Amino acid sequence: MSKKDKQKPGWKSIPEGGLILEAGNAIKYKTGGWRTHRPELDMDKCINCHFCWIYCPDSAVVSEKKEVTGFDHDYCKGCGICAHECPVDAITMVKEEPSTEK
Amino acid sequence: MSNQVALTGNEAMAQAMKQINPDVVAAYPITPQTEVVQMFSQFVADGAVDTEFVTVESEHSAMSATVGAAAGGARAMTATAANGLALMWEIVYIAASTRLPIVMPVVNRALSGPINIHCDHSDAMGARDSGWIQLYAENAQEAYDNAIQAVRIGEHEDVRLPVMVNMDGFIISHAVENLELLADEDVKEFIGEYTAEHTLLDTENPIAVGPLDLQDYYFEHKVQQAEAMENAQKVVVEVAKEYKNLTGRGFEYFEEYKLEDAEIAILALASTAGTAKAAVDKLREEGVKAGLLKLRMFRPFPAKEVAKALSGLKAVAVMDRADTFSTIGGPVFADVRSALYDVKSDVEVVNYIYGLGGRDTTVEDLEFVYNDLQGIVNSGEVNKRVKYLGVRE
Repeated sequence: MSKKDKQKPGWKSIPEGGLILEAGNAIKYKTGGWRTHRPELDMDKCINCHFCWIYCPDSAVVSEKKEVTGFDHDYCKGCGICAHECPVDAITMVKEEPSTEK
Repeated sequence: MSNQVALTGNEAMAQAMKQINPDVVAAYPITPQTEVVQMFSQFVADGAVDTEFVTVESEHSAMSATVGAAAGGARAMTATAANGLALMWEIVYIAASTRLPIVMPVVNRALSGPINIHCDHSDAMGARDSGWIQLYAENAQEAYDNAIQAVRIGEHEDVRLPVMVNMDGFIISHAVENLELLADEDVKEFIGEYTAEHTLLDTENPIAVGPLDLQDYYFEHKVQQAEAMENAQKVVVEVAKEYKNLTGRGFEYFEEYKLEDAEIAILALASTAGTAKAAVDKLREEGVKAGLLKLRMFRPFPAKEVAKALSGLKAVAVMDRADTFSTIGGPVFADVRSALYDVKSDVEVVNYIYGLGGRDTTVEDLEFVYNDLQGIVNSGEVNKRVKYLGVRE
């Protein structure tokens, strides 16, 4: 068994039959680790059309006070749909390793 | 108050379902189970039950709808046979692993191919590892009794597993027998009201049923299933005792017929046990110490109890109405031999695969098996461990 698996609860304390008894608990499942490419936003080019925000299948585009400010890397899977849909090419997909983010 | 009637096995099973009065039945007809569904749908049409009857386009859908209903907190039933059970396969496993106490009569029939509609146990034995509790019946009375007890066994809070109530196709399903039905109110009281602990319809406490379950939790859920099967052994006994108090009928894991002082015995399940009793009676008159162990519960397998009952014998023949094609015997044989390994008994155990595709198995056939056992006792030698009974060369 892996170290990570050892820390999880055993069969005596989890719900039977694989049931999930807690509504909306998908928020605890952070899928950012699946990512191979990360979106990067060029704020100078961005026109705040929010196409990326609408298209993102994981609601991982962050919008604050009607402005797109970046991405929630806990949930962004790096699918690249935001970059594809951006009408002004303000989003580019960059390889996760090595990091280019400042 | 009970009621003595003459019914076929299928009629008795339909009556049991009527008295259980499930919330939902989703079923598809298949020989030799067809009459169960046909008669039950008549009860629905006549307003004799409160059941929501779902007509579906296949057995895969029948089991899927039954699983959905059970996940919604309903007392749900279906029924099938042979290829119908095979078509359900994917969802049969899901019913058990989702811990839904569905009761399903299976009117045992040979699996195709070659295509055949008559009795053997290849359908249910194929599902032996699906996580369902399996009960077998010698006759229509036992099939009826098992169906009613199955509701209590499956729904017990320490179990929560589906139960397959097996009945030999045609031999039991289509033969008329004299049997006793319980009064409707007695069945109602015996099975009680069903309240699922978690249901999809409980909007106050929303849940997810059947989510993805990967390396980190799937194994734990399988161990829970195994634990529930362990618990089922205790619950089957409790329910059988209570049922016996009510009706004076029934067995826990198995019936021992003239086994106490026996030297040789057959272990059989389902209708062949009745034929074996006739052979035992005949041999007893000739002074042969023959006996029978009739297995009622195959899943979970009562290994300790079976081993205890057989370990004092000199030779035992295990009857399998299905082959595994492992070349080392049928499914019941494998479990019986495994059970006996731990008790270090000297009893010789051989296997007969018999009655495939509905091949008639007569009293004479079973006398032949007892004679074979006597030969083993006299010579101290087993020339062939696994044999086919009643087949042409």
